[in-house]
Amino acid sequence: MKSRLDGGTGEAEPTTSVRRVAAINVNGADFPLDVDPRQPLLWVLRDNLGLTGSHYGCGEGQCGACTVLVDGTPRRSCIIAVGDVAGRAITTIEGLAQNGRLHPLQQAFLQQDALECGYCTSGMIMSGAALLQRDPNPSRREIVRRMVGHICRCGVYQRIVAAIQSVAETVPEKER
Amino acid sequence: MSGPTQRPAEVEPIATPPVEPERYELEERPTHTFALDRREVFRVLGGGIAVALLLGGDSHAQESGRAGRRGELPRDVAVWLHIDEAGAVTVYTGKVEVGQNIRTSLTQAVCEELRVPADAVRLVMGDTDRVPYDRGTFGSLTTPIMSSHLRRVAAAARATLLGLAAEQLKIDATNLEVSAGHVAHNASGRSLDFGELTGGREILRTVRDDEAVTEPTRWTISGTRVPKVGGRAFVTGQHLYPSDVTLPDMLHGKVLRPTALNSTLKRIDVSAAEAMTDVTVVHDGDFVGVAAPTLSGAEAALASIDAEWSSLPQQGDRELFDYLRTQATEESQGGGGRSRSDVAGSLEQGFENAEVTVEATYEVAYIQHVPLEPRAAIASWDEHGLTVQTGTQRPFGVRTELAEAFRLPEVRVRVIMPDTGSGYSGKHTGETAVEAARLARAAGRPVRVVWTREEEFTWAYFRPAGVIDVRAAAAADGALRPPGSFTTTTPAPPPSRLRIRSPTAASTSTVPTTRFGRAPTAGWPRLPTSSRAKPPSTSLPPHSVSTRCRCGSATSMPAGFATF
Repeated sequence: MKSRLDGGTGEAEPTTSVRRVAAINVNGADFPLDVDPRQPLLWVLRDNLGLTGSHYGCGEGQCGACTVLVDGTPRRSCIIAVGDVAGRAITTIEGLAQNGRLHPLQQAFLQQDALECGYCTSGMIMSGAALLQRDPNPSRREIVRRMVGHICRCGVYQRIVAAIQSVAETVPEKER
Repeated sequence: MSGPTQRPAEVEPIATPPVEPERYELEERPTHTFALDRREVFRVLGGGIAVALLLGGDSHAQESGRAGRRGELPRDVAVWLHIDEAGAVTVYTGKVEVGQNIRTSLTQAVCEELRVPADAVRLVMGDTDRVPYDRGTFGSLTTPIMSSHLRRVAAAARATLLGLAAEQLKIDATNLEVSAGHVAHNASGRSLDFGELTGGREILRTVRDDEAVTEPTRWTISGTRVPKVGGRAFVTGQHLYPSDVTLPDMLHGKVLRPTALNSTLKRIDVSAAEAMTDVTVVHDGDFVGVAAPTLSGAEAALASIDAEWSSLPQQGDRELFDYLRTQATEESQGGGGRSRSDVAGSLEQGFENAEVTVEATYEVAYIQHVPLEPRAAIASWDEHGLTVQTGTQRPFGVRTELAEAFRLPEVRVRVIMPDTGSGYSGKHTGETAVEAARLARAAGRPVRVVWTREEEFTWAYFRPAGVIDVRAAAAADGALRPPGSFTTTTPAPPPSRLRIRSPTAASTSTVPTTRFGRAPTAGWPRLPTSSRAKPPSTSLPPHSVSTRCRCGSATSMPAGFATF
């Protein structure tokens, strides 16, 4: 049976010695760890760090529910090996609000009702926030283009685009 | 549409169409019913005001509340709304939240009747130990039915609060007004909040489902835009979906999937898995599963199992529709269809006299619901019995499945449904709950099972495929003078509710199997191929059902229409 880790270890210990990952930096803090570097980042976040806001949807980078930021760039955490991001700045949905103050895009998702079941929302917001960071005033076409690869099975796409657009229109650039 | 002498019976009323349950939704009454015990109510809930709803015998009321025969009073009632001694309002409903936002809309309905702000009401949903029985959340019935039930209990609670205030203030209730969580006498400015009215009380009110409610034209909260209840937790990643829930000492469970539907185990060797540290292996009939402290440990244990399955030849996409057509038998035509008692005339004769006939065939593929959150369950056993948190649209149905699977009385099984990452009416059954519970029982520790996307695409419940053959006859001018004849042929996969399998038919030609096999990162080792289960080849349920809808009348012209 293939696994969620897709490929799975198939063995308790790797045959060749690999340097285990001793820490990762998530949401501005260093978390001590002792994991196989080939472990997908998603499961380290969820099972080792208890950060369950990044969701498993497909395990192969096709749905976007697991999206986190690595040095500010959206990445699918289910297909990144944790060893590849050790020492880099990882931001998850849990780290987006600052001092209890929601990120403008989180606020916009609430205001625009841009979620139904909410399972895709974390990934949508992470990619959307990165998009706005890079391009503070994106066109609708650009938003759609950049959000491709995020699946919302409830079909809230129009509201998600509207939420991203509303931040572009209303929030001063320095607050994004 | 019809002449003066024409019976209007040709047209079915459309206001409240009957909901056709799928076969797996038809179930026996729960085996146990319990009368409401007043002392027990307040022991569990604490003092205050509790409102129970006594559902009448009409078919819609039966949808929620325990099923009873038409005209028969339900045998039990349960508490739907409670205002505690501090004035906090809690509402209990068996409906569940899968993204349709009913936690918000039902809260609005209660707030409307209780005249309180939206944040003053807490909804307990889908917890079989705490909420009134409910058949399930499907068929778009929450708003027309559950919302109405909750309005009635909230209206009754409001009336009770008014009565208490009248007594306490010695002012006639008609001069009092409930608003913003207070009962006030505007003339004197005197006012009492809910807690001041419920403190030290134990009032149990039973209301019927004809309790008067606020006219829709006077609604101020329902139908308005309010923030999603608990919305902040969803946009900050704090909400715990079933697949996020953990328990102390929890193990991760994995289940060995057969190579095809309806396979039987021919040979199995679990010794390698059993030799692994901290791994629990269960081999019980055709169920084979493992549990381990880490997910990768469970996956490694599963991968070490050497199993050989024997399966029957199965149909692929190309043969599917021919298979359905040939397998549909008279015997299998029974279930599910709407029958009409007002058919008159002869179809055969109608076709003989037809000036124009039209025939068409429609093929409907198997459809995956693809809930973005796959099936997930976390099970734990204690001295009282079994508790499972799982994403299901039918918590009570899953409770029945678990009780039957483990030979337990239903009172010893509790199913809790955390707000779930969608379902699309595909999450009705409890296979994941049964799997987690079986592994947890063997391990003596809580076990969580979360299906992979591959499992969803190969073992989850699919929307049945079907072939629809339609034949219609008409006069040359297009009038449906001879009756139309509609013959439909669809398969009705039987739910194997208590077996560890599901009536899935995924075709190797449509499921991108190579996708699933792709390693995510270079260097991430692949499973040994010997233990890698192949996705099942297309498999078809053995039963088919053919229904024939007839409409019109050979003796009256012009005929009406039919929907199917």
